Amino acid sequence: MELKSNVPSGPIERKWDKHRFEMKLVNPANKRKHTIIMVGSGLAGAGGAASMAELGYHVKCFCYQDSPRRAHSIAAQGGINAAKNYRNDGDSVFRLFYDTVKGGDFRSREANVYRLAQVSVNIIDQCVAQGVPFAREYGGLLDNRSFGGAQVSRTFYARGQTGQQLLLGAYQALERQIGLGQVTMYSRHEMQDLVVVDGRARGVVVRDMVTGEVQTHLADAVVLATGGYGNVFYLATYAKGCNATAIWRAYKKGAAFANPCFTQIHPTCIPVTGEYQSKLTLMSESLRNDGRIWVPKAKGDQRPPNQIPKEERDYYLERMYPSFGNLVPRDVASRAAKHVCDEGRGVGPTGYGVYLDFHDAIQRLGKKKIEEKYGNLFEMYERITDEDPYKVPMRIYPATHYTMGGLWVDYNLMSTIPGLFVLGEANFSDHGANRLGASALMQGLADGYFIIPYTIGNYLAREKFAAVPADHPEVRAAEQAVADRTARLLSIRGQRTATSFHRELGKILWEHCGMARDKKGLEHALGKIPGLRAEFWKNVTVPGSGAELNQSLENAGRVADFLELGELMCLDALERDESCGCHFRLEHQMPDGEAKRNDEKFCNVAAWEYTGDGRKPNRLVEPLTYENVELTVRSYK
Amino acid sequence: MKLTLKVWRQKDAKSKGEFVTYVADDVQDDMSFLEMLDVVNEGLIHKGEEPIAFDNDCREGICGTCGFVINGQAHGPRARTTVCQLHMRTFKDGDTLVLEPWRAEAFPVVKDLVVDRTAFDRVIAAGGFITAPTGSAPDGNAVPVPKENADLAMDAAACIGCGACVAACPNASAMLFVSAKVSHLGLLPQGQPERPERIRSMVAKMDAEGFGTCTNHGECEAACPKGIRMEFIARMNADFVRASMASGRREAAGDGGSG
Repeated sequence: MELKSNVPSGPIERKWDKHRFEMKLVNPANKRKHTIIMVGSGLAGAGGAASMAELGYHVKCFCYQDSPRRAHSIAAQGGINAAKNYRNDGDSVFRLFYDTVKGGDFRSREANVYRLAQVSVNIIDQCVAQGVPFAREYGGLLDNRSFGGAQVSRTFYARGQTGQQLLLGAYQALERQIGLGQVTMYSRHEMQDLVVVDGRARGVVVRDMVTGEVQTHLADAVVLATGGYGNVFYLATYAKGCNATAIWRAYKKGAAFANPCFTQIHPTCIPVTGEYQSKLTLMSESLRNDGRIWVPKAKGDQRPPNQIPKEERDYYLERMYPSFGNLVPRDVASRAAKHVCDEGRGVGPTGYGVYLDFHDAIQRLGKKKIEEKYGNLFEMYERITDEDPYKVPMRIYPATHYTMGGLWVDYNLMSTIPGLFVLGEANFSDHGANRLGASALMQGLADGYFIIPYTIGNYLAREKFAAVPADHPEVRAAEQAVADRTARLLSIRGQRTATSFHRELGKILWEHCGMARDKKGLEHALGKIPGLRAEFWKNVTVPGSGAELNQSLENAGRVADFLELGELMCLDALERDESCGCHFRLEHQMPDGEAKRNDEKFCNVAAWEYTGDGRKPNRLVEPLTYENVELTVRSYK
Repeated sequence: MKLTLKVWRQKDAKSKGEFVTYVADDVQDDMSFLEMLDVVNEGLIHKGEEPIAFDNDCREGICGTCGFVINGQAHGPRARTTVCQLHMRTFKDGDTLVLEPWRAEAFPVVKDLVVDRTAFDRVIAAGGFITAPTGSAPDGNAVPVPKENADLAMDAAACIGCGACVAACPNASAMLFVSAKVSHLGLLPQGQPERPERIRSMVAKMDAEGFGTCTNHGECEAACPKGIRMEFIARMNADFVRASMASGRREAAGDGGSG
């Protein structure tokens, strides 16, 4: 297998324009003849499905939720970046591009990131036209806020519910196409396998989650927009249903998996309280605009926060990073929090927490202003913790939030399987080793609204498609594999629930493949995971049958895939013998504790090729070249 | 704390359902309601019984997937709170809690506490959008929107589509849900061209799906986890009258202008 990025030649500002002209078009009469499968209905999925349907393609869209409006894009709080420069503060397409490449610690593909920054401005226009109620100034124009990793204000927002509002915009566009008959929607359907015929992706096998029926859907191309795999850690800010099954099955059918160890740990989440905990809740990064992060200077200081005088507090981010202060990128902020807690200066009952304090902001701006900006977040915090953040500082701690890794795609967002495209968080393309805040929404919508509608046409126009018969051996084999696996999960009837395996896997990964990693820990994890997986297939218990709504069965299937993916993450983390962005190898750090890259050996994308169960996958490499930004040590001091 | 749960169990849409009693031991204050049910379910699985099916996803109160009735109240006793954000400290040791699915003709039961809310999607598909095909948009700042309008539109747009309003309404009316979308889009300049058509189509679809009519009980507003206000229903009623009067004109324009 070869990784061909297919990045167009020419100067970076011209690449996308040039490519758009060079791509083949499908004429309107022929578009009607093509069916495209879209798996997922978040920003990338709903946006892409609606946009392709508007062009005249017939789209079949699948989601595991009861409605496409529930996709987890909905939970994004803070905002979406765009290089509009409405603030007149020096922003530009090039600056957004530069910030994103630097924020990703120089491990992303320049041309993709530049295109992302270019189309960012169209996204805002599109969303406004759809009726997204962005925050506005008294003059009626769009408001902005600042976010981590940037010194300009380029983040557009809708209170603390930006993801919800952007998703509802895309969902409404999708529903319009459903009403027009251009999109057929399959909610409560979960993809179980990919159908590859003559080397091209031609369909999916899905399970109807209400009746248990296994169905095959065939098409001319398949698009996966199924989100990230962060639930591999068990405790994460993801929705409970988020899973890696679609991308993992594609991986096992030949799609290379890029940079699986690049997982983002978000610095501001509500700390864990007990063993029963089912998920972690994020507090938007936008809170770092006005909240100040601190811990006591002294170890084991048990006094309540309001009794610790200012001079005995360590505002450690402001101290360590005076120019970015509390707005350093996520990986930096998370590691710093872990560091002060490991020193014994953490707060709260477990000692794994730091304060995010709004006292000064409330004094400066008044309670009303703070309420206007963050009211719903404060309310959510109060519900979960029973503490009032207007009076007592919030306690926060890092948690898994996003995965920069994902299926490898070329400039056209096509994976190593021809005809299989991957959008949004499910691909690896734009964020390198660390994603900046307010960039996930931007990428999801860029991929869905402005990239896939072009690149899919180029693929369809260049290929010929004969109908795949429903009894094609590849179709039969995929259906049989799905049926066998379901039967196997139901037949074990062991002693442990799938959740208990999931929790155990999560602990191994959090400890050894989380915020800090080293050779010894990764080897330890690689020793443990295969045993856990073997036990799962001997000792899991799944009640009920396959022919009904069976949430235990759904969960068990997802956990089985996480048990394989977790191992690949550790393998990738072990072989990437450097530190970069989120991937912090204890062996490789600067004297001041910052990540130390090894650009000679690892200025590349590592993509893994599946070679069979029980065999070590192949590590393929796509070298990264930087022609427009200089590889420097990332500094936020 | 220790709780007694009386839970509605129903195998599928066709089967008859019944209440089954369970005991939840060792419930912690900091657990969410759904985490409490997770623990009950883990226990049921160990005993070889089928766990209680309930819809949930984000567990942070924004996706709108979860929701059932606790002691007669949609999403339970705490105001403006989805059941995933309801914490067990709201209850006390020895409480008996009765859990039922949303009850409405338009929301058939799928299994146990899970219902089918796709009727909401069909109402949106009927007109709950602004027609703005990708690529056709003018600059985001080309049309200023007064801040008051944008804020009020956002209040309405905060609806999460959970269906609690329908479950709480004695008529199983979807007026709060529909009026929230009609108001969100109707308050913005981008939503004006389709405003009359939108409301007519959505109301027609809402009726066809079997939702009841609004008789101003106000249970919907009390149950809404996002604080969507009944004033949006008043706004929609006014809009509906206006749209009905304008309908002839618009159709005439359509007849002459096509081709």
